[in-house]
Amino acid sequence: MAGLGFACLLLALGVCLYGIGASLYGVRSGRVEFSESGRRAVYALAGILTVAFAVLEVAFLRNDFTFNTVADTSSRTTPAFYRAAAVWSSQEGSLLLWAWLLSLWSSLALFLTRRRMRDVAAYATAILLGLGGFFVALMVFYANPFATTRPAPAEGVGLDPLLRFPTMMIHPPMLYSGYTLCTIPLAFGMGALLARRVDADWIKAIRRFSFAAWLFLGAGILLGARWSYSELGWGGYWGWDAVENASLMPWLTGTAFLHSLMIQEKRGMLKVWNVSLVLATGTLAVMGTFLVRSGILNSIHAFGGATLGVPFVVLIGTLIAGSIYLVVSRREMLRSSHRLDSLLSRESIFIANNLVLVGLCFVIFWGTYFPLISEALTGQEASVGPPWFDRYTVPLALVLVLLSGVGPVIAWRRATLANARRNFLVPVLCALATFAVLVLAGVHGKPLALAMFCCAAFVFGSIAQEFVRGTRARMAIAGEPAPAALFGLIRRNRRRYGGYVVHVGIAVLFVGVAASSSFQHASELSLSPDQSTRVGAYTVRYVRPTATITPRYDEAHTGSTLALGAQLEVTKGGRYVATLNPSEGFYASQDASQGTVGSLIGGQPVSHVAINAGITRDVWSAIAPDIEAPLLQRIVKVGNSTLSSEEALVAIGYLARAYLRSPPPAQFHFIVSPLVMWIWIGGLIVFGGGLIAIWPAPSTVRRRAAARARARAVRGLARV
Amino acid sequence: MAVVIVLLIVVLLALVVAVVGAPLRARARSELPAGQRPGAVEQPGADADGEEQALLAELHAAREAKYQEIRDAELDYRTGKLSREDFDAIDAALRAEAIEILDRLEAAQEGRREVGGEEITPT
Repeated sequence: MAGLGFACLLLALGVCLYGIGASLYGVRSGRVEFSESGRRAVYALAGILTVAFAVLEVAFLRNDFTFNTVADTSSRTTPAFYRAAAVWSSQEGSLLLWAWLLSLWSSLALFLTRRRMRDVAAYATAILLGLGGFFVALMVFYANPFATTRPAPAEGVGLDPLLRFPTMMIHPPMLYSGYTLCTIPLAFGMGALLARRVDADWIKAIRRFSFAAWLFLGAGILLGARWSYSELGWGGYWGWDAVENASLMPWLTGTAFLHSLMIQEKRGMLKVWNVSLVLATGTLAVMGTFLVRSGILNSIHAFGGATLGVPFVVLIGTLIAGSIYLVVSRREMLRSSHRLDSLLSRESIFIANNLVLVGLCFVIFWGTYFPLISEALTGQEASVGPPWFDRYTVPLALVLVLLSGVGPVIAWRRATLANARRNFLVPVLCALATFAVLVLAGVHGKPLALAMFCCAAFVFGSIAQEFVRGTRARMAIAGEPAPAALFGLIRRNRRRYGGYVVHVGIAVLFVGVAASSSFQHASELSLSPDQSTRVGAYTVRYVRPTATITPRYDEAHTGSTLALGAQLEVTKGGRYVATLNPSEGFYASQDASQGTVGSLIGGQPVSHVAINAGITRDVWSAIAPDIEAPLLQRIVKVGNSTLSSEEALVAIGYLARAYLRSPPPAQFHFIVSPLVMWIWIGGLIVFGGGLIAIWPAPSTVRRRAAARARARAVRGLARV
Repeated sequence: MAVVIVLLIVVLLALVVAVVGAPLRARARSELPAGQRPGAVEQPGADADGEEQALLAELHAAREAKYQEIRDAELDYRTGKLSREDFDAIDAALRAEAIEILDRLEAAQEGRREVGGEEITPT
C-alpha cells in the first residue's frame, strides 16, 4: 500500500504542474476550457491526496510498521484515537496533512467562485496549485510519508507522551486549516493584482475565507494554549515560544484585514493597505510552517529537519518578492479618490485598530526572528524572553481592547461630538464603576491589569448598549416583542452583531489573561506525606502517595509504564477547596544499556498535571517524585541483574509498592490562578460570534432585501 | 497485492484524466467559431464578453455593498450614533451613489442584451 501512497504523490505533483500550466494558458489566451481544466486539477488534487491520506491512516490504524512514520510515532499499545491522530505528529505526516487541507479548502474556494472572476480565479488556481505542488514536492524528494523499511520492526516507538492529550490531537488540524485558509486570500489577492481587478467582487469572494482562516487559526492557537496549560507542567498557557508567535502573527494581520476590508467595501479606500495585508497574512502563514521544520529556532513544537529550510526560504523569498512587485507595479490602479470624511468616524477607529494590530505583529516578528538576525550580524546567538514581549505587547493590547469598545459606538463616515458624548456615557460609567469597585475591593498594585479590567468593562458597556438600542429600534419598527426583536436584529445584521460578540469574547479573554498573569500565586513546595504548607491564603496538605502501572490501570491511556504521584488536599480558611492528584509518568526508552527494568522507565518523564478549575480560580499542581531515591533505585538495580525483559514488569510492580509504602519527599509546583477559565470561555464566545458573522443569509432573504433596498433607494432619491 | 495496487493506480489516473480533461473534450465536441480554434487569431469579441461579465459582476457586488451601507446608516441613526441632520445627509448621498450604480448596471445589461448576451444575475 505504500506504493499506492507514493504513486498518489507523484500523480499529485503531475496534476499540480499540469494545472498551473493550463490555468495560466487559459487566462492569457482567453481559452476558458483550459482555465476550467486547471480548476478541475485542484479538485483532482484533493481527491488524490484524500486517497494518500487514507492510505497513511489505514497504515497507522493497522499498526503497519513497514511504514517508517508508523514505526517512529506509533505502537501496538497506543490507543486507536491517538494512532489515528499520530499521522500528523511526524514531519512527513504533517506535510501530507498540510497539502491535503490546502487542496480541500482550495477546491471549496474555487467551486464557490466558479461562475465569477474567471480571470482572477485562474491566476489564483495557478498560485494555489503552486503552493500545493511545493508541499507535494517536499514529500516526494525530502520527507516521504510512504517510505518503508523491510523487514518491519516488531513494535513501534510509540507516540510522544507529550502528544497524548485530546486537545493536542485536534490542535494541528485546526491550526493547519487556518494556515491553509490564509493562502486562499493570498492567491486571490495575487490573482486580482495580476488580472488588475481589485474591486468589490474580489472583496466579496475572499471575505468569508479570510474570516474562516481567522476563526480556525484562532481556535488552533487557543487549543495549543490549553494544551500548554494542561500538559506541559509549567503552569502557563503562553510562553512566547517561537512557533506560538508564528501562528499569532498571521492571526493579527488577518484581524487587521477583516476590519480594513470593511472600509474598502464602503468607501473604496485602503486598497494598497488591504492587498498588502492579505499578501502578508498568507506569507506569514507559510513562514509559520517554515519555522517548525527548518530547525532554525528552538521550540517544543519543532520537527527539526534542517533539510527543509532551504526550499522554504526560496518559497518565502518568492512570495515576498512577488508581492512587493505586484503591489508596486499596480499602485496606480490601487489609488483611491475617496478620503476620510472625519477623524471622528468608525473608519478612523478601524485605521487606528489596524495600526495597533500591525504594530503588535511587528513587535512579535522582531522578538521571534531576532535570534536569527543577531546571529547573522554578530555571529552570536541571542534571544528575547517573555519579559521583553510583555513590555511592548501589553500596552498595545490595552489600546486594542479599548478601541474594540470605541468602534461600535461611532458611526460610519462621521459622528458629531454631541452624539459621541452621549454614546460614550454608559461605557465610560461602566469603566469608572469597575475601577471604583476594584480599588475598594483591594485590587491594586497591578496598574496594567486594572487598566485592562476597566477597558474590558468599557467594551461590555458599549456592546450591551448597542444590543439594547438595536433591539429597541427593531421593536419600534417591527412591533415585535424584545426576544423576537433581538433575534431579528442579529439575523438581519449578522456581520455587525456577530462582530460585536467577537469583541465581547476578546475582552473576556483578556480579562482572564490579565487576572491569571498578574494575580497568580505560585510556589515550589517540598512535602512528605501528612505534611502541609501555606501558599498565600491556601493550605496544601500531602494526603498520601499514588502509583499506577500499565497496562491495566492506565485509564488515561498515557502509555506510561509507571506513574508516581500524590493526593493533595487544598483548603482555604479551614474550608475545603479541592483534591488534586498530580503524577509524573515514566515511559519506556529504547536505550538497552539502562537494563531490562531501567529501560521500562528510562524515557523522558512527563508531568500529568492536576487542575481544579473554577469560575473564579484554577488550582493547579504538578509533581516531580524522586525516582532516584535509594530504595527505588535498589529495586531497579536488582531487577536489571536478575530479570529478563519478559519478566521486568514484575519489578515495576515492586517499585510501585515500595513508593506507596515509603514515599520519599516530592517536589511540587503549586499555582492558584484567578479567572483562567475565562480565557477559554472568551475563546468560545469569539468563536460563536465569528460563526454568527460568517453565516450566510438564505438566498431568498438576500433577494428580498436587495429588492426592498432598491425600491427605497429610488423612492428616497425622488423625495430629494 | 502488487497487481491490485497497480490496478488502483491505473483507475485513479483514468479518473484524474477524465475529470481534468472534461472541459477540453466538451469544447472539442462543440462547434467552435474560427477564432477559438487552436492557433487561430483571437477575436476581440471573446475578450469583450469577459470584460462585460467582469463589469457586471463588479457592479452587482458594488450594488450589494451600497445597499448594506444604506442599512448600516439607518441602523446607526436608529441606535443614536447619528443625528437626524447627519443621517439625512449621509442617507441622501448613499442613495445617490446607489442610483448611480443601478444606472450603470442597467446600462451594462442593456448593452449586453443588444449584442445577444444573456442577462447576468449574481449566484
